[in-house]
Amino acid sequence: MSDLVSENLNMIFKTPKGETVHALKDLNFTLKKGELLTVLGPSGCGKTTLLNITAGFIRPTSGVITLNNKEINGPGVERGMVFQQGALFEWLTVAENVNFGLRMKNEDPVKTQKKVDEWLEIVGLKGFGNTPTYQLSGGMQQRVALARCLINDPDLILMDEPLGALDALTREKMQSLVLKIWKETGKTIILITHSVEEALLLGERLYVMAPRPGRIHKEYKLPFASMGLKEDLREIKKNKEFSEKREEILEMIWNMEEEIMGKDN
Amino acid sequence: MLTQILTFLIFFAVVGCILYGRRLIRREKVDAVFGNPERALGGAHWVIVGSSFLLLIWLYYSWDIAKGFYPKSANELCQVAKVNDSLLGLKYQFPIEEREFKSTSQIKRENKNLKLIQSEIQNSEELKGEQKTILISYIRKTNQLIPLLTNEDLLENETKQKIDDITGKINLLTENFKKPDYPFETEQELNKRLKDVNEEGGWGITKVDAGSGSIKNTLEVPLVPATYRGLKFHSAAQELNLISDEFFKLRNHNPRFKSKIKELKDEIKSYRKDLNDNEEVASTYAKNIVKIARRIEFASIYPPNALDKMQEAIVKFESAQKDVQGGLRLVDIFLFPAGTIVASGPSCSEQGSGRWLPKPSDTFNKFILMSKPSVGYKDIPLLWIQMVDVSKMIGFILPDWIADILPGEYPVHTKDGVVKQNFKGGVLKIVTGDFNLFKVPVPYGHIWDSFLRVFLGLVFGILIGVPLGLFMGLNRFAKGFFDPLIELYRPVPPLAWAPLIISVLGIDNTGKVFLLFMVSLSIMIISARAGASGTQLSKIHAAHSLGASKKQILRHVIFPNSLPEILTGIRVAVGMCWGTLVAAEFLAGTTGIGFVENVAKKYFQYEVIWITIFIMGLLGLLFDITLRKIIDKTIPWRGKG
Repeated sequence: MSDLVSENLNMIFKTPKGETVHALKDLNFTLKKGELLTVLGPSGCGKTTLLNITAGFIRPTSGVITLNNKEINGPGVERGMVFQQGALFEWLTVAENVNFGLRMKNEDPVKTQKKVDEWLEIVGLKGFGNTPTYQLSGGMQQRVALARCLINDPDLILMDEPLGALDALTREKMQSLVLKIWKETGKTIILITHSVEEALLLGERLYVMAPRPGRIHKEYKLPFASMGLKEDLREIKKNKEFSEKREEILEMIWNMEEEIMGKDN
Repeated sequence: MLTQILTFLIFFAVVGCILYGRRLIRREKVDAVFGNPERALGGAHWVIVGSSFLLLIWLYYSWDIAKGFYPKSANELCQVAKVNDSLLGLKYQFPIEEREFKSTSQIKRENKNLKLIQSEIQNSEELKGEQKTILISYIRKTNQLIPLLTNEDLLENETKQKIDDITGKINLLTENFKKPDYPFETEQELNKRLKDVNEEGGWGITKVDAGSGSIKNTLEVPLVPATYRGLKFHSAAQELNLISDEFFKLRNHNPRFKSKIKELKDEIKSYRKDLNDNEEVASTYAKNIVKIARRIEFASIYPPNALDKMQEAIVKFESAQKDVQGGLRLVDIFLFPAGTIVASGPSCSEQGSGRWLPKPSDTFNKFILMSKPSVGYKDIPLLWIQMVDVSKMIGFILPDWIADILPGEYPVHTKDGVVKQNFKGGVLKIVTGDFNLFKVPVPYGHIWDSFLRVFLGLVFGILIGVPLGLFMGLNRFAKGFFDPLIELYRPVPPLAWAPLIISVLGIDNTGKVFLLFMVSLSIMIISARAGASGTQLSKIHAAHSLGASKKQILRHVIFPNSLPEILTGIRVAVGMCWGTLVAAEFLAGTTGIGFVENVAKKYFQYEVIWITIFIMGLLGLLFDITLRKIIDKTIPWRGKG
């Protein structure tokens, strides 16, 4: 079973002022292989903390998170990550960025080259191999980041608002790309987003998280992702069920935000 | 010749570029509003105007234009200056350029001095009343000496005659001076003069010492009159010297004055002799009164109108002299700005901007001269190559202890006095470079030495500073351990370390390289540290989840990410090292550009000083341009990430 299992995950931060912040409280969930989970929530609900723990950049205060029955206690190749701003190495070309992971493993450069070309074609950057990354647009940079992550063949892909900094048109294209890659590779994906539409469109499952303490507020199982594999994404947005779900979640998040404001005042 | 062409070229460049600029303004559609930086783009023609203008100012104020167009003018002005110098003593006796007669001002001054002493004596508490009376009577008597000199009736015929003689000589000189063939030079004299002129050389010429082969000081202004006009002034100056000597030997002492002053001196002498040891104050006052009497005796004080004719003669000579100068006066006024040629005693010199602002032509010639490896500066060329045997380099690189650690003993001489070589001895010969291979050219000289010092200091600073800085940016121990050390020595101006380091490590390369190493080290550490700690966390996270190890992250992420900071640090360090080096070479040393400047300063070789300034500027610029090129090549992503 290559599942991601979280048991009673707790994360408590201490601010420099000495206050304690309960970022995550008793988080329990299981993600099966090949599932696409989107996580949505107001700022400060612990989305990114959850992702950082899963990636192994930070350790939970208590609780255990396992992937394939192995406890996560550090970053690893089996969990690839895509960041909001790409986090590309701008001193390298596109190809060098994509094969970074393989180079670190000292793989045969000839074989690597073939793989790089394949992946560049999949993400739609064929022929851009020798371009310096600082010359790319935001959308292209995210494609490189995707390819760089996928070439390592990870079991789990973590995406931290990967499309947040893109313009609406590019964003739509990238959403299709994410779905396409999900379908073709069958990877498990956790995608964090601020956009309710994106969460609904891409998520096979959707967690709405609530802040203070960070917890899973509500879980949805959604049909739109599988629909999106066949249909145009814009058509799905016109779907009645889609609009209803969107309004419901938006109101939920609005209420949470208001609650926080109320607490602050 | 060069100066003339250059001057015209500059003139046409300035006029041409201004005209071109005006035409451009008329034709160009101005799209950018005021404040848009685009308005400052382009404008190469203004660059030409700007630099031409600078060059023109330099040419003009260094009197190079005068030299280019009138190469003999300095020599002629020197002769004129000789005349002025000779005439100065005589002229100062009269209100020609002064407000009053010298006699008048001397009388005024001595009267004032006498009054001062008188009031001091009257108010003195140490003097007895009796002494006061005596001293004041001396003052009165001294005062009475003056009318004996200024009374026309008392002026002796002999003195009158002599004054008339001198006046006659001046008038004769004026008459002769106006004649076109005045100094009446013979063929023989002419040939000798021309030979002297040739030997002396031209204005601003630099010669190489035949013995030592090093450059001599520049000949500022040639003394021997090179032109006929100059010769006139030269001869007149000599005659004027004789006349003026004669005048200052003349004394207006009539018998009554002589007896009076002798009486006064004797009286005071005997009074001082009779004083006791404890009456020193009175003695000092008496002595001061005698001093004033003496001054009156030796001042050239004459009756008010006695020298009128002489004054007239001098004024006449002055105007004749100015007439003969003719066009030279205009050259002096317009082409010798901020100063002129002056003579003092036997020598002439440039006084004003021409002195400390060397002429571009002279500077250029001297630079060409110094660039010759056989001349150089202080027996060392500026930049040249020498053949060095490779064995010397091998001996320098290989440490000597290699031979020491080998088994066995070094050869010992036998009783026959022969030394038999063995393996260990042979190795020692190799590691000390005591053998012959082929020779390779190696650069050397002042410029190379300075360059090498900066380069080595910088390389050592980078080699140690960059790893240490990266380490300090990533590791709490390293940061805490090295921070106090670096923060304590870094704020000290590098030159403050120089005396200490130079006295510990010596005035040669070791001390200077170490000083520069210290300078570059702190800069490199700080920039590498900033680069390391400025790495975006997401990049490091990304590298981690792509499976990079700690070493790989350091090598492939943190180091390249710090490169912009490191390279900027190198650029700063080069500037700092360059500045420090020149100052350190000023302090002590035997080679280097700073050393050259320091020696040139001691010998007042202004051209050499300017040459070193140019070399330093050019080398600094070269360093910076090279680094900028490297930066553009190696970190094209800078500012775009």
